[in-house]
Amino acid sequence: MISLTHVLALSGVLFAIAVAGVFLNRKNIIVLLMCIELMLLAVNFNFVAFSRFRGDISGQIFVFFILTVAAAEAAIGLAILVVLFRERSSIDVEDLDTLQG
Amino acid sequence: MFPTILFFIFAAVLIGAALGVILSRNPVYSALLLVLCFFNASVIWVLLDAEFLGIVLVLVYVGAVMVLFLFVVMMLDLNLERLRREFAGYWPLTVAVAGFAVFAMINVIVVKHLGGAGLQTAPALAANYSNTRTLGVELFTRYAYPSQVAALILLVASVAAIVLTLRQRKGGKPQDIAQQVAVRAKDRVRIVKMASEKKL
Repeated sequence: MISLTHVLALSGVLFAIAVAGVFLNRKNIIVLLMCIELMLLAVNFNFVAFSRFRGDISGQIFVFFILTVAAAEAAIGLAILVVLFRERSSIDVEDLDTLQG
Repeated sequence: MFPTILFFIFAAVLIGAALGVILSRNPVYSALLLVLCFFNASVIWVLLDAEFLGIVLVLVYVGAVMVLFLFVVMMLDLNLERLRREFAGYWPLTVAVAGFAVFAMINVIVVKHLGGAGLQTAPALAANYSNTRTLGVELFTRYAYPSQVAALILLVASVAAIVLTLRQRKGGKPQDIAQQVAVRAKDRVRIVKMASEKKL
């Protein structure tokens, strides 16, 4: 039988991989956005697992809302990315230093 | 026993695909591997008796969000050589941070709380249990108001995405509907009175 520990460990490893991706892919905002999606997926794993093992459906409702917000975030993030690329012809994080004064 | 074996197989593919997402040099491969991640996650959610969310994950993420990612990746004209070249240099920090994160989380989950010892066995589900029905009843009774807020968030997001990427062309010839409606016949047709010519 799948135990809670299995799912929580999987989710922890997935989240750590996503954090590592944020550190590694500093040149490419698209991959950064994908890493954020991976982090949200890891968090959703926790919600689903606890919902199942506690016998409380509210956790799955919450996953539903997280999916909604993640979709909105991806849409707006990619729109900003497209505008940025039009302005700068680059999606490198290092090039985004206009606000540093 | 069989679900556990399935869980380990799909978890292994999930971890491998996630590593591929962050290590791949080509953003298109990253996006496709992320699709693989979502498929595996969906299977694991189904194994955890969350069928509805598993299907929603495939429909919404693979069907909509990842297609959007792929569109954007292919629309932007990226300089892949430059992305490839400047990659190294963050390795030690990355491994340290990720390793610490895994260590801390495993420590909290397994050592401090014994893997959630009180919760290790999942409660048995009723014979006629329907995940979709249970979710739907909760969503439209207790969580009716939050779900409408979620709908509003989606509306705002779609409007924002359009407004951000809307580009006005210079020298375009847009219609002015109000002007078209307000036009009168005498603006268009000019009747000229003139004497008829004499017959020769």
